Amino acid sequence: MNSSIDPHFALVVKKDCETCRLIESILPILLGKYAGTLRVYVQDDPEFPGNVDDRIDDTQLAFSYQHDIEVVPTLIRFHDDEEVARIFGWDREQWRQFLKIPDLGESLPVFKPGCGSKTRDPGMEAILSVKYGNTGRNTRKVDIADTEDIMEACYERGWTDGLPVVPPTPVRVASMLAATHRQADEVIGDIPPDYAPCTIEKAAINAVLAGCKPEYFQVVLAAIAGALQEPFCLHGLLCTTYFSSPVIIVNGPAARKIGMNSGINAFGQGNRANATIGRSLQLLVQNVGGGRPGGIDRATLGTPGKYSFCFSEDESDSDWPSLAMDRGYQRNESVVSLFAGSGVQPVMDQQSRTPQSLARSLAASLRTVSHTKVFMQTDALLVLSPEHRRVFRQGGWSKSEVKAAIYEALLTPGAELVRGAQGIAEGALEQFGDKQLNKFREDGLHILTAGGTAGFFSAIIPGWVASGERGSQLVSQLINNN
Amino acid sequence: MSTTLLDPTSERQPATRQLNDRLTTLTGKTIGLLDISKPRGKEFLDEVEKQLGDQGARVMRYSKPTFTRVAPTELSQQISIECDAVIEGLAD
Repeated sequence: MNSSIDPHFALVVKKDCETCRLIESILPILLGKYAGTLRVYVQDDPEFPGNVDDRIDDTQLAFSYQHDIEVVPTLIRFHDDEEVARIFGWDREQWRQFLKIPDLGESLPVFKPGCGSKTRDPGMEAILSVKYGNTGRNTRKVDIADTEDIMEACYERGWTDGLPVVPPTPVRVASMLAATHRQADEVIGDIPPDYAPCTIEKAAINAVLAGCKPEYFQVVLAAIAGALQEPFCLHGLLCTTYFSSPVIIVNGPAARKIGMNSGINAFGQGNRANATIGRSLQLLVQNVGGGRPGGIDRATLGTPGKYSFCFSEDESDSDWPSLAMDRGYQRNESVVSLFAGSGVQPVMDQQSRTPQSLARSLAASLRTVSHTKVFMQTDALLVLSPEHRRVFRQGGWSKSEVKAAIYEALLTPGAELVRGAQGIAEGALEQFGDKQLNKFREDGLHILTAGGTAGFFSAIIPGWVASGERGSQLVSQLINNN
Repeated sequence: MSTTLLDPTSERQPATRQLNDRLTTLTGKTIGLLDISKPRGKEFLDEVEKQLGDQGARVMRYSKPTFTRVAPTELSQQISIECDAVIEGLAD
């Protein structure tokens, strides 16, 4: 048996298919007419079909993969080694015309559908693409001896963030790459601080390391693209002595489709999509970009959010615009936003039942972002819980009214804020002493909603002390479907 | 037997650059001072300039727009043309 000659006809079958067994009886007729030019490829049992001498063992599925067989039986006609037509399943009239045998299969039923090709069995696509695909990949392969502990091997090579990673086997990476139509060797951009080119494949490998499922990959790619937007200032952010690191917020149908958590414990552990999407960006910056704590990353203290800080927004209230809508997107668009966040600052207010009181309450807490006397330096996210949002809704306040009230409550005479005021050396420059100052620049406070339905607790995610054009700004990126 | 993994890193060795010869004297040399725009950077570099001047160096002052981003390429090129050495620094 050999498959070195392309036949004029190729018939692909498997024994574990009733339709393939049905047509077994007519095969001698086909071979009688097309002797030497029809090859039969079998996907499972090399002894099937028993009445065909010239059958080819395709149990390794090479021919089936190369010819993209979806259904068995499939009958392909070639001309000069190029495929010109194919039929599949059993349709008596179709087979008669295709093979020009007018009375073929007289005793057989008129029609019987085929079965799935073995190349379509679960997980086979990734395995076969690694084995036979022309993937355009040229990533270095690292061989880990079986005597080595594979998890330790990943640690020893510096690939982890301190927690174990998922070993990036070719099959796992192929499965991740199958989630996009983009080519594996397409360059997404250059990752700081080394400005190393990052291909779709390198992104896939780090997504595998992080523990992502392939269905998260489009969100990961959007997060990377967002992080590389110039206003986000990724290079400065990863170097800073301050606490900040990328916080990823996902809006739109994609978040629900992959089961992200916008409810109970939204910032915390327990949801694979939340945990691994955030983690993949951090691992990419470390592994591809070369940004490591103690190296270029000089954070004084950092935050646990540097392992991963990613969540989706609660969009259940159709009267409340989402973060993405504030940024100009439609509610039905899937968007990822990135913010240089510095941890979580809890805000408790269990007493306010009027929007006025709650807005002042939130403003009082927002005053402490980075420092109570430092104004216009640091952006912030305000994440309202459902119970707090209800206070505003019942009070008839829109999101923009909430924001306006907060800004008004934070307006402060510069004299109280200048360096030395209140016996505190830190503070605003003397030149602002006679001005009224806003805590946040105009685009410096973003309001969104998340969290469980119980709890009069909202959260501030303070930003980076270099916010705005001189540092980092919140950026948004559409999530592609290709 | 072994398991194959795909390398998640950039696979790049950092470029090995030839270091310029170190200055053996400051006398007659032009030293650039690049202020990264942190608070009180000017005060700090004013003092550095004075001390360099006392040792016979000529000093040129530069600054980059923000400490959060690398210096613009043109600035780096200008410094490399105009100076024999550069000190880049901050205060805080």
